[in-house]
Amino acid sequence: MSAPSTLVDLEKVSVRAGAVRILEDVSLVVSPGDAVGIFGSNGAGKTTLLRLIATLQPYSDGVCSILGVDSSTAARYDVRHQIGYVGHTPGLYRELTLLENLAFVADARGLDSALAAEALGDVGLAGAADRRVDHCSHGMQRRAEFARILMTEPQLLLLDEPHSALDANAVDLVDALVHRTLERGGAAVLVSHDRARVKTLSTRTHEIKDGMLR
Amino acid sequence: MSTGFLHQSSTITRRDLLRERRSGEVLWVTLPFGAIALLLVPLAIGTDAPTLQRIGPGMFWVIVMLFGVLIAIRQTNSETTAQRDLVALTGLDPAAIYVGKAFASFLLLLVFEVVLGAVTIALYDVSPSGWLVLPFVLVLAAAGLSLLGTLAAGIVATGQSATALVPLLVAPLSVPLLLGATQALEAIRLGRSSLSWVLLMTIVVLLLAVAGVLSARPLQETA
Repeated sequence: MSAPSTLVDLEKVSVRAGAVRILEDVSLVVSPGDAVGIFGSNGAGKTTLLRLIATLQPYSDGVCSILGVDSSTAARYDVRHQIGYVGHTPGLYRELTLLENLAFVADARGLDSALAAEALGDVGLAGAADRRVDHCSHGMQRRAEFARILMTEPQLLLLDEPHSALDANAVDLVDALVHRTLERGGAAVLVSHDRARVKTLSTRTHEIKDGMLR
Repeated sequence: MSTGFLHQSSTITRRDLLRERRSGEVLWVTLPFGAIALLLVPLAIGTDAPTLQRIGPGMFWVIVMLFGVLIAIRQTNSETTAQRDLVALTGLDPAAIYVGKAFASFLLLLVFEVVLGAVTIALYDVSPSGWLVLPFVLVLAAAGLSLLGTLAAGIVATGQSATALVPLLVAPLSVPLLLGATQALEAIRLGRSSLSWVLLMTIVVLLLAVAGVLSARPLQETA
C-alpha cells in the first residue's frame, strides 16, 4: 500500500457519551511532516481527540480517515501498527520488567527482540532493563514508553502531555522522537498544557475548548 | 511486519503466564483457598468415610467451578485502559488475543484441577473411576471455563460494574459444564455410558470458542 498524502483527515467529527458532548464538529488535517500542537484546559477533549486519531475512540458523526483508511471500518486494524500512542498513563505491565514489556511489543509486532534492549539503551534505561515496572518511577516508565516508540517507528506519533513527569534529559527525548518521526515522513500530534515547550516543536498549533477545535 | 494468528495467540499466552508467574494470583492465592474449601467440608460434617467418599467428586467439581470462575475472570481487572490501548495498537488480531488469553487461563485451570483432584483424593478417600474419560472431562471443563471467563471479561471490560457483573454472567453459563462433568463421572460409576455428557461439554466448549472469536473485534472496540 502506498503512503497516503494525508495521515489524518477529520471532517466534522463528533463524539458523544450519552447526552454529553465531548467533541463537536472537529475538522483537522495532518500531512506528512506536520507536528501539530493542541492546547486546552482539563476536560476540553484533548485526550478524546488523540484517542480518536489513534482509532481507539468510536465517534457518532462525521468522517474520520486515518492513514488513508476510514477508521469506522475494519481497515483500521491494518493501520494500527503504524500509530504510536503515548497516553498520560503508561500502558506497561507492572509485574513485568521494562525489557519484558518492550519484548512483548516486539514479539507481537514480529520485530527482533534485540531491538527492545537497544531501544531501552537509547532512552538511558539500559541499567534498569531488568527492573520490574512497579519498582520504576513514573518518569522511568515514560522513558520506557518512548523506547517503545523508538523501537516500533510509527508513521503517526500521538503524544498526550508528553513533557509531564520528565527531567530535562527526558524532555529532550520527546523532541528527538518528534524529529525522528518527521524525518521518516511521518507526522506528530501533541496535546499539552505546556504551550511554550510544545510550540517550539510544532509546525502549527490549535486550541480545543468545550470539545471544539479552533 | 505482520505475524500469524498462532504467533499472535502464543505471544498473549506467554505474556499472561509470565504475569501470573510474577503475581502468583492463581497458584498462591486462589489455589490454596480452593484447597481450604475442600478441607472445610470434612471438618463441618465429620470424618465419616462412606459419606466423604460419596460427596467427594461432587465437592471437587463445585469447588473447581466456583474457584475456576475466579481464575477465568481474573483478567477482568488485570488490564488497564492504557494496556488495552497498547495491545490494540500493536495490530494484533482481537480473535488471536481472545484465543491467547483463553489458552493461558486453560493451562492455569488444568493445574488447578489436577492439584485439587489430588487434594480431593487425599481428604475424601475417593478412588477415581473412569480413568479413560476423566482426562477428557478435566480438559473440557477447563476449556469451557476459560473460554467463558475470557468472553465474559471482554463483555464487561470497561463497565463500572465489571467485577459484580462477571460472576453473574459466568456462573449460570457454567452450569452445563458442571452438569456434564459431574454426570459423566457419575455415569461411569454406575456403569452407564458417559458419551452424551461428554458430548454436551464438547458442544458448549465449541459454542463458546465460536462466540468468543466472532465477538472479539466488536468487544475490543467497545472496551
